[in-house]
Amino acid sequence: MGFLDIDKATKSYGAVEVLHNVDISVEEGEFLVLVGPSGCGKSTLLNMIAGLEDITSGEIRIKDRAMNGVHPSNRNIAMVFQSYALYPNMTVGQNITFGLEMHGVPKPERQKAMQEVAKLLQIEQLLDRKPGALSGGQRQRVAMGRALVRDPDVFLFDEPLSNLDAKLRVDMRTEIKKLHQKLGTTIVYVTHDQIEALTLSTRIAVMNGGYVQQLGTPQEIYDQPANIFVATFMGSPAMNVVPAQVVMQNGRPAALVTLSDGEQAILPFSQDNLAPYEGREILLGIRPETITDPDSADRKSSNIAELINRIDVTEPAGSDTFVSMQLGGRDVISRMRSDVPVVAGQSFTFAVNMEKAVAFDPDTEMRIAP
Amino acid sequence: MSVATQDTAIRTGRVTRTLIYVVLILFALFYLLPLYVMLVNSVKPLEEITGGGMMSLPDAFTIEPWKQAWASAQIGVEPTGLKPYFWNSIKMVVPAVTISTVLGALNGYVLTKWRFKGDTILFGLMLFACFIPFQIVLIPMARMLGLMGLAGSTYGLSFVHIVFGIGFTTLYFRNYYAVFPTELIRAAQIDGAGFFQIFWRILLPSSGPIAVVSVIWQFTNIWNDFLFGASFADASSQPMTVALNNLVQSSTGVKEYNVHFAGAILAAMPTLFVYIVAGRYFVRGLMAGSVKG
Amino acid sequence: MAQSANADLKTRLQNWIPKLVLSPSLAVILVFVYGFILFSVYLSFTDSRILPSYGWVGWENYSKLWRLSHWEISLTNMGIFALLYITLCTAIGLGLAIFLDQKIRGEGMLRPLYLYPMALSFIVTGTAWKWFLDPGIGLENVMHTWGWESFKFDWIKNRDYAIYTVVLAAVWQTSGFVMAMFLAGLRGIDNEILKAAQMDGASNWNLYRRIIIPQLRPAFLSAFVILSHLAIKTFDLVIALTGGGPGRATELPATFMYSYTFTRNQMGIGSASATIMLMAIAAIMVPYLYSELREKR
Repeated sequence: MGFLDIDKATKSYGAVEVLHNVDISVEEGEFLVLVGPSGCGKSTLLNMIAGLEDITSGEIRIKDRAMNGVHPSNRNIAMVFQSYALYPNMTVGQNITFGLEMHGVPKPERQKAMQEVAKLLQIEQLLDRKPGALSGGQRQRVAMGRALVRDPDVFLFDEPLSNLDAKLRVDMRTEIKKLHQKLGTTIVYVTHDQIEALTLSTRIAVMNGGYVQQLGTPQEIYDQPANIFVATFMGSPAMNVVPAQVVMQNGRPAALVTLSDGEQAILPFSQDNLAPYEGREILLGIRPETITDPDSADRKSSNIAELINRIDVTEPAGSDTFVSMQLGGRDVISRMRSDVPVVAGQSFTFAVNMEKAVAFDPDTEMRIAP
Repeated sequence: MSVATQDTAIRTGRVTRTLIYVVLILFALFYLLPLYVMLVNSVKPLEEITGGGMMSLPDAFTIEPWKQAWASAQIGVEPTGLKPYFWNSIKMVVPAVTISTVLGALNGYVLTKWRFKGDTILFGLMLFACFIPFQIVLIPMARMLGLMGLAGSTYGLSFVHIVFGIGFTTLYFRNYYAVFPTELIRAAQIDGAGFFQIFWRILLPSSGPIAVVSVIWQFTNIWNDFLFGASFADASSQPMTVALNNLVQSSTGVKEYNVHFAGAILAAMPTLFVYIVAGRYFVRGLMAGSVKG
Repeated sequence: MAQSANADLKTRLQNWIPKLVLSPSLAVILVFVYGFILFSVYLSFTDSRILPSYGWVGWENYSKLWRLSHWEISLTNMGIFALLYITLCTAIGLGLAIFLDQKIRGEGMLRPLYLYPMALSFIVTGTAWKWFLDPGIGLENVMHTWGWESFKFDWIKNRDYAIYTVVLAAVWQTSGFVMAMFLAGLRGIDNEILKAAQMDGASNWNLYRRIIIPQLRPAFLSAFVILSHLAIKTFDLVIALTGGGPGRATELPATFMYSYTFTRNQMGIGSASATIMLMAIAAIMVPYLYSELREKR
C-alpha cells in the first residue's frame, strides 16, 4: 500500500470510457508527473484525485482511506491550477487564508500560517495586493502559497507553468523542485511538457488515449521506453524510429538499414535477444544525441557503429547542430557538437552508439525487451 | 454602447463623406423629432398648439401642463393626475426588478457552474417563456391572481413581471458566468467553500456589471409594460403607462394636448434618465437578448 | 457532479442544493407559463365566453375565427406591418451602421440618439406620434400655418393608410436597435480581411457587397428573429397610436385577441387567436433558440 493509491480507476462519460483501469501507487514524498498529449486523460485523473470528478469504477485512496465520494475539501489535498485560479476580488493574503477560513481555523492561526508561507515563498510584500496587480510569476507563487498553507497530504499541480513565458517557466521549474526537496511533500503534477516531466519527477506516468503507457523513473522512461508512443513523446527532438531488418553478423543480431542512396548499412545490436527475429522487419529506435561524428562518440560505449550517408539539412542551434539524413526512407535527426564540419548535400561519417539503441515490434509497437 | 470604436480599413472620398454626414444627421433629427415635439408642446398654452404652432418654440412659456399632468388631470373618473400611478409603477417595479435579478443570478450560477444533465433544456424553457405572446397566458393568469388574492394589486403585477423576467435575467447571468473561470470554483471547492459561500464570496463580488445590465433591462421593460398593467390592475393599482393611455384616450372634454405631452414625458422620464446615465449597460442588455453567441 | 452512493454529506448536499435553488424559478415557469399555455390552448376548444367554461366544441372556435372579417383584417394588417417593419428596420439599421462605421466624428453622440427610442414605452411613442400625425393639430396643420395650404397628410385618420403610421412609429422605435446589432457585427469583422480585399483591388461597393455583408449573416438572422417576434407581439403601440382604428383599419392579432376576449366576451375565439399567435412565434423562436443554445456547448 502506498501513500496515494489509484486502484483500477476508470472514468466514463456516458458510454465513452476516457480512462481505463489506471493503477498507480505513489509513495510518501514522491513527485509523480502525469504527462501526455492533450486529451490523454491526465487532467481527468488529477481531477478524480482532487474529487472534482467522480470515479466511475475503481478506487482512489489517500493514506489508505478510500476517497470515492469524499468532498474535495475533506481529502486534505491542495491544488495549483493552470490559470492559478486566484480569487480576483480578494487580496493575496485573503486568497492564501481563504481555505483555512472555510475550514474554521481561527484568525490568529491563519495569520501566522500566512506569514510563514509568505516568507517561504518571498511574497510578504505582496500580501495586500489584488491578484490583478501581480505578474505571472508572482501569481504562480501566490497559487503555491495557497496550496502550501493548508499543509495537505498531497499537492496536485495542473499544468501550473504553461501560462508563463519560456524563461520564467524554467525558473519556476527549478523553484518547484527546490520546494519539493526542502519540504518532502507528495506531489502529483500534470503537464504536457516532457522536459518538465523529466526534470521534476521522481516517477513519470506517460499517458495516451486514456491508458497509462508506462510508469517509471525518468531514466527508465527515457532509456527503455515501453513502446513507440513513449519513445517518440519523451525527448526532444524525438527518438528516430527507422524500419530495419534483423540479420545475423558474426553470430550476433544486427540491423540492416537503407541509406539515402539505396545502399545498405549494418548496425550490430548489443542485445542478443533479437536473434529470434532474424529475417524479420523491426523498428529501430535511435536517440538523436546517440548519432554523432566519430570523434565525439561516447568513449564508454562498447558498441559504436559507423555509417556513411548523405547529409540533407543542417540546422545550427547554438550549442548543438542538428543534422538530418535519410535512413530507411525516414528523416533521421542527429545532434552534433556545433563545431563539427557538416555541409548539406555531402557525405559524412556518422557514429551510432548502438548500446543505447532500442528495437520495437512493428505490429504491436512494443519494445522488444532484453 | 458596448461596441468599441475601431479603425476600419475602408476609405471614402470627400463627397461621399459629406453625403454620409448629411444622412446621419437627418436620421438623428428624425429620431429626435418626437422628443422635441413632446418637450416644446408640454410647456405651451393649449391655444398655441391648436393654432398650428406645434413645431415652434413656445411663445408663452408655462409649466402649468406639467403641474396638471402630475397632480390634477382627469384620469379615468378621478382628477388625480399621474402622481398616484407613478407611485404604483414604483411599487410594482422595485420588488419585481430586485427579485427577478436575484433569481437570475442564482439560476445563472447553477446553470454554468453546477451543470447537470438536461440543464440546457430547462434553460431553453425559461428563455422561451420571455418570447411568447403574453396573450396566451392572460386568461388563466387573471384567474390565478384572483385565487392567490393578488388581483388588482401592484403585488400581483410584480409577481407576473418576475415570472416573465426570470428568463432574461437568467440569460444575462448565465452568459456572464459562462466565461467566469470554472477553475476558481474548483479552487474554492477544494478550499472548502460551499455552494452559497462560493456564490457570495467569489462570484457576486465580480458580478457588478451584469447586475447593472439586468437591473436596467428589467426596470425598463417592467416600467414600460402596458399589457399586464391593462389586464390585471384595477383603478387603484394601475401603472403609469396605463394611466397615461387613459389620459390621452379619454374622450370627455377638451383634448389638452400640452398635458398629454407633459404626461408622456413624465412616463418616459425614469427610463430615459436611466438610459442617459447608464446607456452602455442598457445597450449591452439589449444585445445580450438578441445575439447570444 | 453525479456521485456514487457512498458520498459524504457535504458532497451529497452539494449535488442537491443547485437543483433546489433552481427549482422555484422552474416551478413558477412550468406552472405560470407552460401550464397556462396548455390551459389557454384547452380553452380554445371550449365554449368559453365571458368566463371559462368546459364544454368541448372541437375546432369550432378556429373555424369561426377564420370566417371573421375582423380576424382577416388583423392578419392582412399583420402581413403588411411585418413585411414593412422588418424590411425598413433592417435597411435603415444596416445603412446607419455602415455609415457610422466610416470613422465618423461624433459617432459617440449619434449612436445614443439613434437608440434612445428603445428605452421608451410604446405608449409614450404612440402618444407623441398620434398627435404629431393628427391632421387637426400636427404636421398638416403646421404646414398650413407655414403657408403650404394644399399640404395634406391624414394617413392616421385614413382607413387605407393608417396601418402605415403604425409602421412609421414602430420603425422609429426599433431601427436604432437594429443599427446597434449590425454595428456590433461590423466591428467584429477582421480588418485584415478588408485590407487584403483592398489589395486585391475591390471597390468599397464590392467590399461591402461581396465581403462584409455576407459576413453579417448572424446579425441578419438575429435581427430577423427579434423583429418578427416583436411584430407579432405588437399591441401597446396600436392601442396608443390608433386604438385599432379608424374602424378596424389597424387591428392586429394581438389587439384582436384582447378585444374579443375582454370586450366582446368571446373567450373561446380569443384563446384560439392567442394559440395561433403562439404557434407563429414558436415557429420562429424555437429553431433559433435551439441552434443558439446548442452551439454553446
